[in-house]
Amino acid sequence: MKDNFRRFFKGGLGQLTIPIIAILFLVGFNLVRDPSFFSIEITQNNNGNMVLAGNLISIINGASELAVLAMGMTLVTAACGGQDISVGAAAAIAGSAFVKILKVSPNITGVTVAAAFLFACVVAMIFGAFNGTLVSVFKIQPMIATLILYTCGRSIAYWINGGATPTVSSPIITAIGGFIPGIPVPTPVLIVITVAIIFVLVFHFTSLELFTQSVGINGSAARLNGINSTFIKLLSFIILGLCVAVAGTIGVSRLGLINHETLLLDIEMDAILAVAIGGNNLGGGKFKISGSIIGAYVIQMLTITLYAMKVPSTDVKAYKAIVIILLVVIGSPVIKSKFQKTVSRVKSNKQRVSMKGAE
Amino acid sequence: MTKKKFGSLLLIASLVTTLLFSACTTGGGTGSSGGSKGPIKVGVVNNPPSESGYREANVKDMEAVFSAANGYELKTAYSLKNDEQLQAAQGFITEGVDYLLISAAETTGWDEVLKKAKEAGIKVFLFDRMIDVDESLYEAAVVSDMSKEGETAVNWLLAQNLDEYNVIHIQGAMGSDAQIGRTGALDAQFASGKMNKVVQQTATWDEAEAKKIVESVINSGDDFNVIYAENDGMAKGAVAALDEAGISHGINGKVVVMGFDCNKWALRELKAGNWNYDGQCSPFQAQIISDIIQGKKTVTSKKIINEEKGFDAKTLTDDDINTYGLGE
Repeated sequence: MKDNFRRFFKGGLGQLTIPIIAILFLVGFNLVRDPSFFSIEITQNNNGNMVLAGNLISIINGASELAVLAMGMTLVTAACGGQDISVGAAAAIAGSAFVKILKVSPNITGVTVAAAFLFACVVAMIFGAFNGTLVSVFKIQPMIATLILYTCGRSIAYWINGGATPTVSSPIITAIGGFIPGIPVPTPVLIVITVAIIFVLVFHFTSLELFTQSVGINGSAARLNGINSTFIKLLSFIILGLCVAVAGTIGVSRLGLINHETLLLDIEMDAILAVAIGGNNLGGGKFKISGSIIGAYVIQMLTITLYAMKVPSTDVKAYKAIVIILLVVIGSPVIKSKFQKTVSRVKSNKQRVSMKGAE
Repeated sequence: MTKKKFGSLLLIASLVTTLLFSACTTGGGTGSSGGSKGPIKVGVVNNPPSESGYREANVKDMEAVFSAANGYELKTAYSLKNDEQLQAAQGFITEGVDYLLISAAETTGWDEVLKKAKEAGIKVFLFDRMIDVDESLYEAAVVSDMSKEGETAVNWLLAQNLDEYNVIHIQGAMGSDAQIGRTGALDAQFASGKMNKVVQQTATWDEAEAKKIVESVINSGDDFNVIYAENDGMAKGAVAALDEAGISHGINGKVVVMGFDCNKWALRELKAGNWNYDGQCSPFQAQIISDIIQGKKTVTSKKIINEEKGFDAKTLTDDDINTYGLGE
């Protein structure tokens, strides 16, 4: 017990310390504020399904797109030491591609939805490869490279469908964005779990994790050891592209409507924040995808908490900023090392005291 | 070495800005020869067509009326952001257009640009949205009276004679003319105590955000029976939250659903009885402006108001959907 405690302060949880503390803090805050915040109930929705409802479900469900993007963003961050700021715009493109296929097909069946999703994946991977090529081959700063797509992405999304806010309605789309009949858990949550499992499996059966870390820590050293760092960087962007396609598809399916200007607007900033809150080094290198996922839920929990407190949504961003500054500062190396120094000083004091006692 | 890096960064930055500009100003003619014999040059600063079905219809209407066939040369710039719109307007002034048409993202910040336009002898028309500037700075403003839209909607709501009014009010982008106008009438009811404000939040025209807002109210257990969303998209988001929570809505439902803009798909929701009310916001101002430019219409008052209706789900006809519905 004591051992565990000590290891915790020594960094046994490592980089997950901060995001877990953040979640615990938010849970505690809400427990004090209003315990009914956590009530979960089963209700019958208007399609006749029994579904789970409550703030917790809203948080876990609402953070789905963010969680998926944060996973991909972590990989890019680790490999390239920079972030992709075009994921929101790229998701709008992927979403539009998804809707395009559904619009041209005469009737929406499981096959057309699958085809539409595959098409969205291909499109998003192409744009991911575009960003990745700029970064890995031409060695452009990731933020500058992705600024191009960030700027023009939503216009491209508009060209795909032409019209504004095209709508698609089908029970299959409702099932993807809402609930599958008979399953009370929101489908986006199941999708996040699936994506996370895929990441775990890929890391388990390939050397992608190790290669990404070594490229991120020192690209030329990795190259000397026979790792193709250009390819790893490119690959990280393509994988992020897949995540973007998943997020875009979820976003479109939630309402059966795509608004290119507002779909997942500003989500790139939240995704980068999730990576940062997750304790990952934004300069690349070692990473933990689980940290970013927790980070995503921290952000969403913060938003829903503020909504539950009826904070005007215009002010939500400011309050969010305050909490995030605190988190990032507490997680910064300077504070961490200060904290560790204090801990060791207290410990050595204790030792001295106990030694004196022995005398 | 560092100098070289800085230089290449600068190059990229300039490349990006050029890209940006070329993306913003479509059809920015290079061979713009001066003189009065050529086509009338019209610069339009608008919100992007993808903003809403309203804007799409509005942009199409502008393109149709100010076409080459009608003797115009049209330049357009689209942005949701006020500062980008200001830059685009400044660009049009420098390029030397004859007329500048503006639908502003926000009502403030336009003084300087409009003064410059006046100095350059460019005539300014406002369409769709008013701007907080002196009347002398523009020729005319062809607008929807958003506060009248709000009043029409609220009067309709009062005429429903509900036992009590517990309203979820979902606002558009704060500071936009549509938001201020459509909020005003409802705020008056909240102030007088006739209606109860359950929650009043902006979703910035974002459907997903509207859904989150309604979800949080449902989770908090507060009672409500009216959703007043300031556009169709946000009403759709709100209804999605109701559907997930199993709350009935529309004709004979527990919750009265109100939207604005009259998109065709929204009017179909009305026709199906899922929603109760949709307020019109006419996007067709181009012809009026063109008439004024060509001297076919004289300006008596600087503010020219487009007539607008409100539709009740119980009385809506298929003809109404075809005539007044926007988009597909």
